[in-house]
Amino acid sequence: MSNVEKYNSAFTEAFGIEESKLAGLTYQSIPEWDSVGHMSLIAALEDAFDIMMETDDIIDLSSYEKGKEILAKYDIEF
Amino acid sequence: MSFFNSLENHGQKTALITDTGVEIAYQKLLEEADRIAGFIGKRSLVFCVCSNNLESVAGYLGFLRARIVPVLINPDVDRELYSELEHTYQPSFVWAPKQFSEKECVYSYGAYELTKTGYQKEHDLYPELALLLTTSGSTGSPKLVRQSYKNIESNTYSIIEYLHITREDRAITTLPMSYTYGLSILHTHLAAGATVILTDASLMSKSFWTLLKEQKVTTFGGVPYTYEMLKKLRFARMDLPSLSYVTQAGGKLSKELSLEFAMVCKEKGIKLIIMYGQSEATARMSYLPWEYAISKAGSMGIAIPYGKFRLIDETENTITAPHIIGELVYEGANVTLGYADAVEDLAKGDERYGVLLTGDMAEMDEDGFFYIVGRKKRFLKIYGNRVNLDEVEGLLKSKGYDCAVGGADDHMKIFVTDETKCEEVRHFVSEKTGLNPAAFSSAYIPAIPRNEAGKVLYTHLEEV
Repeated sequence: MSNVEKYNSAFTEAFGIEESKLAGLTYQSIPEWDSVGHMSLIAALEDAFDIMMETDDIIDLSSYEKGKEILAKYDIEF
Repeated sequence: MSFFNSLENHGQKTALITDTGVEIAYQKLLEEADRIAGFIGKRSLVFCVCSNNLESVAGYLGFLRARIVPVLINPDVDRELYSELEHTYQPSFVWAPKQFSEKECVYSYGAYELTKTGYQKEHDLYPELALLLTTSGSTGSPKLVRQSYKNIESNTYSIIEYLHITREDRAITTLPMSYTYGLSILHTHLAAGATVILTDASLMSKSFWTLLKEQKVTTFGGVPYTYEMLKKLRFARMDLPSLSYVTQAGGKLSKELSLEFAMVCKEKGIKLIIMYGQSEATARMSYLPWEYAISKAGSMGIAIPYGKFRLIDETENTITAPHIIGELVYEGANVTLGYADAVEDLAKGDERYGVLLTGDMAEMDEDGFFYIVGRKKRFLKIYGNRVNLDEVEGLLKSKGYDCAVGGADDHMKIFVTDETKCEEVRHFVSEKTGLNPAAFSSAYIPAIPRNEAGKVLYTHLEEV
């Protein structure tokens, strides 16, 4: 699986939504992405890329696009 | 005299700080509070749709001070369920965010307005009735907990005493105001002349942590799920020099997590206080003194000052020996008057006489510390919210689903007899309760297991 595929499936699994809805998605813009959903998302991302994210990165990950920037810090390229 | 009648004593001290950094002194807050209540003018029933903001707190305090009885309502409540609640209790006014109600606005303050519902009902309110809280806000049950002025007074001062809350404290909100635990944090800090930092921002957002650091917050509370989030956020590695104590309630924190946080907090010089309570006891019934957070991890502690616990067996005899499981019974002045299911019940007096059968099963150790081991009633705690399983079943059945509901805290399981409806029921319950779908799973079952009398055999469900 490519990194984009891994990244997208972390979102679709955590929120139970279609891949087509991911672009432009932001924290708290859908009921599924609340603090509980955010926990699931972080867990899914950490599993998918085998990383441990820093506190600041966890609370900074406020959109689908922002997440890609953050993961770049962990040497994950898209 | 109740604490909200003597807040004037704190004068120019800062009472509230909003998430945009606006500071409001006690005196100014009380002026606003009394002005809002002045538009109602007499003891009556009001719906107070509240969030962690200045307007909610001002309206709420004004109502209490004017002996107007508020029903505290979570703004995320399902609108259909809200309408039913309003129809059941027929409040004369609603204090809510603008646009919440389309009725006639008589006064507006900030982002809130006071609207007149048009109900002409003259409520017969028991003189000691102060406040009404929903038992499970999420399922929109009309069942309310009736709290008296004495209840609030007693619990507030007991909590201030055992937590040693001072006017130097700065608490940040992490829980809804309409939720008994969140409300008690507000009550106790205001009564102590401390400062409350109001925000609805979640722990998972940057704005929360920025505010916490900028405002030099000394304390916050959390439900078990809050502590799971803190763990995920690597709380152990966070630099939070102003934080002096944190509390936990709203469900049982696992022994592992209790111990983990007890150690982390010890290392950081933060006091961790595990507590236990119910809205039926105003808010708090027990606390685990922080010195015992490690040695008694997993315990809910001892009764709060002026309260008393005992355990009873099935024949209602008091259990005195340690390590014998029984139902936990609490006695104290904070035991609420009783419930209301209909508007006529608001006239009812004290039905409990200071004794509460908690519905929780517990045991005591040799040193007199209590441990919750299970529950008598059919409800789950989901992210700290009490969700009554029978009410969820009722909601589902009213929509024509043949189902039964069970599961564990933070994980509700819905069993449906129509295989094609599995996803649908999950989303329906998530939507109605306003709780994340991750808390709900569903499974197909050919038939709901029942005994000869037609009663659902829930223990059989757990094995599916």
